[in-house]
Amino acid sequence: MAGIVSYGAYIPKNRLSRDELARAWGGNSLKGERSVANHDEDSITMAAAAAMDCLQGMDTDSVDALFFASTSSPYTEKQAASIVARVLDLRRDIFTADYAGSLRAGTSALRAALDAVKSGSARNVLVTAADCRLGAPRSIDEQAFGDGAGALLVGADSAVAEVEDVYSISQEITDVWRTSEDRFVRNWEDRWVIMHGYDATTREAVTGIMKRNNLEAADIARAVLTGPNPRSHQALARALKFDPEKQVQDLLFGSVGNTGTAQPLMLLAAALEEAGAGDRMLLAGYGDGSDTFILKATEALGSLSERRGIKGHLSSKRALDRYEQYVRYRGLMETEAEEAVRKSMRSSATALWRTNNSVLSLHGSRCKICGTTSFPVQRVCYGCQSKDQFEEVRLTDEKGKVYTFSLDNLAGGVEPPTPMTVIETESGARVYCEMTEAAPDELKVDMPVEMTFRRVHQGAGFINYYWKSRPVR
Amino acid sequence: MESIKDKVAVIGMGCTKFGERWDTSTDDLIVEAAYEAYEDAGVGPEDLQAAWVGTTGSGSAGQCLADPLKLKGIPITRVENYCATGLDAFRNACFGVACGMYDVAMALGFEKLKDTGAGGLGVGRGQHPVYETRRTAPGSFAFIATRYFHKYGIDKTTLAKIAVKNHHNGTLHPKAHFQREITVEQVLKAPIIAWPLGLLDCCPTTDGAAAAIICRADMAKKFRSDPVYVKGLGLSVDPMLPMSRPGFEYLGFQSNVNAARQAYEQAGVKDPLKELSVAEVHDCFTITELVICEDLGFCEKGTGKEHVDAGTFTLEGELPVNADGGLKAFGHPIGASGLRMTYEVYKQLQEKAGPRQVKNPKLGLSHNLGGPPVVACVALLGN
Repeated sequence: MAGIVSYGAYIPKNRLSRDELARAWGGNSLKGERSVANHDEDSITMAAAAAMDCLQGMDTDSVDALFFASTSSPYTEKQAASIVARVLDLRRDIFTADYAGSLRAGTSALRAALDAVKSGSARNVLVTAADCRLGAPRSIDEQAFGDGAGALLVGADSAVAEVEDVYSISQEITDVWRTSEDRFVRNWEDRWVIMHGYDATTREAVTGIMKRNNLEAADIARAVLTGPNPRSHQALARALKFDPEKQVQDLLFGSVGNTGTAQPLMLLAAALEEAGAGDRMLLAGYGDGSDTFILKATEALGSLSERRGIKGHLSSKRALDRYEQYVRYRGLMETEAEEAVRKSMRSSATALWRTNNSVLSLHGSRCKICGTTSFPVQRVCYGCQSKDQFEEVRLTDEKGKVYTFSLDNLAGGVEPPTPMTVIETESGARVYCEMTEAAPDELKVDMPVEMTFRRVHQGAGFINYYWKSRPVR
Repeated sequence: MESIKDKVAVIGMGCTKFGERWDTSTDDLIVEAAYEAYEDAGVGPEDLQAAWVGTTGSGSAGQCLADPLKLKGIPITRVENYCATGLDAFRNACFGVACGMYDVAMALGFEKLKDTGAGGLGVGRGQHPVYETRRTAPGSFAFIATRYFHKYGIDKTTLAKIAVKNHHNGTLHPKAHFQREITVEQVLKAPIIAWPLGLLDCCPTTDGAAAAIICRADMAKKFRSDPVYVKGLGLSVDPMLPMSRPGFEYLGFQSNVNAARQAYEQAGVKDPLKELSVAEVHDCFTITELVICEDLGFCEKGTGKEHVDAGTFTLEGELPVNADGGLKAFGHPIGASGLRMTYEVYKQLQEKAGPRQVKNPKLGLSHNLGGPPVVACVALLGN
């Protein structure tokens, strides 16, 4: 039976306490903390990170399709899924698609993936969902939103959770929206938004799928319900006769926040981390309607390789001390220096396209004659000068350490001094890159690092993606 | 391979005042350096048969020299080889003369760095959009300091002593950009530019130009009684950015070693510490001078600190290094530096270096190191 074969998640390392948001603007704190994407992260980089978490120990060649779901893709016109596929080193003959426009895009992509697998058009479909939505400054949204990503590998066999049924309804409603001109999320009056949007619609879909499967609330071991805030979430759970304490997956509101399209995938990942074989689960996503799923965990759960998932990412965090850091990271205010860089920054689509094996897939070249590994890919070997006698190797699979570094105040960047590093991988390749999410006094020669896919600089309408090093999370 | 030794002579040199020359144009700098060289050699523009001009970004083609000097009809080639541009222009001019094609030629290097509106050399160089992201000059050399500190257990104090020495030497040269003494404590407390390098570990950005008139060695005495002869010329380029180069140790540069070996072999130098009277080396940052002294064979790899502590490279030491204050005191108008260094070696060999004069000068070395870095050039001059 088609189902979830693997899961992964990504939560940015930065957390901002809601008390600090309340302090910055005055007013009430929603308590707890929210995740904040780093200044070099966006929905594409987070989706890639969650996808790598999900594909841990898997054969990437077995993936036949990749879906990317988000309401905050950095591109309005240009596919994100094809970038993520290149980052993951997936095959070229796969089907890629973006799902957008609704908070339901994550579960819609999941449903489409299941349909593809059931129809036989694909054996394995990787579904990624990521969001980095902006609440207007001083709004409740600014406190309630969080940034993150989830990934699910949907396949025809060896599922860790089989999907027994899927049921959706469509609802036209302008409750939460952004026009193509809007930077911040808009809401109609919240009481109506919850009552006739989220609550009524999700309840209708859940009731529908339960009824047609002859299920009572008590049959569900874990109800994974998305929700904009804990109060509405708990009210919905109670109305559906679920015990919020025992049956309902925690919303991760106090630790992450509402991650939009990524929320249902992330919550399902969190539920699967705790599930036992035979557990029946309900998944419900909301946004302009609702998608619902009945799943059943299998024995295969126990044989999944280790991954960070939700738990691992939750425990690895750093606190942002001040709201001003959030403002900087989201680019809400720009310094004169940053503006100068943005306006003068040039890139080259052709140069990046020619070298995307190294730029996006982090491929180096390993000489078949003398074994020297170089990065980026070199046609003539540095070690023995043989020409075109190399195979490409993916350096993200290798452990790395800092060979040397500097803390550069002249290099620009959002948080100078910018740590610049020369990384040596296990095979001896050297990668010159920025280090991200490191405290300056953390840098040491020989410190172990991992490579993380990020934005490196943007300007003149162009976003440059590349890899950075970071202290192992 | 033949040797360049004693085939070419330097018969005149000129060097502008180095500094923040706000009121001086690129053309003015070129005129200032060239006419001092003409006067020194006793020649005029009509005597030049060819010229090589070095600049990394302050001018284009041979025209950037022809225009200000109104050189008419002679071959002029622009040379660009990162920070080794100036010395490589000189090197090319020497070979042009040595092969017999020209009797008298000029090499001139210049750079106007104070017209950019920025205090440093800038960021993010390179041909590819992301491979060299945020590469800066101090950052590139900070990589060496970090690794060298890690390997040999020295700290910033050794580097500070190099800055103090070069600032002191600069006070003895009226053309130096900086004319003030500094203390080790000031160097250690200076704001950090690219850790571990602070402001006073870095050379400033500066405007300047310098020029040499060279001729066939057998004609030199016709122009002056004390010409200086070219004894060796070396140039070496390393493949791949140091940051990407597999196995690169970040303790020194093979291009330095190779360029020096070429020049030493031509000149017959076996023990540079004993045989050289003075050395002008590319101290763009304090750490650079330390590793260059090792790469050029003045001392063993890893022993730089002992020699800095012992004063080996001071004006009074066994081998004065950067007697005029080096890049630290003169600044680094990129195309000009190699010829400015050669100007000091030339003056020292003629015993015209005033308060900086080294005793009994016989052989002097000038050296450029350029890029992230990847290219080194060495010139040996003697009586």
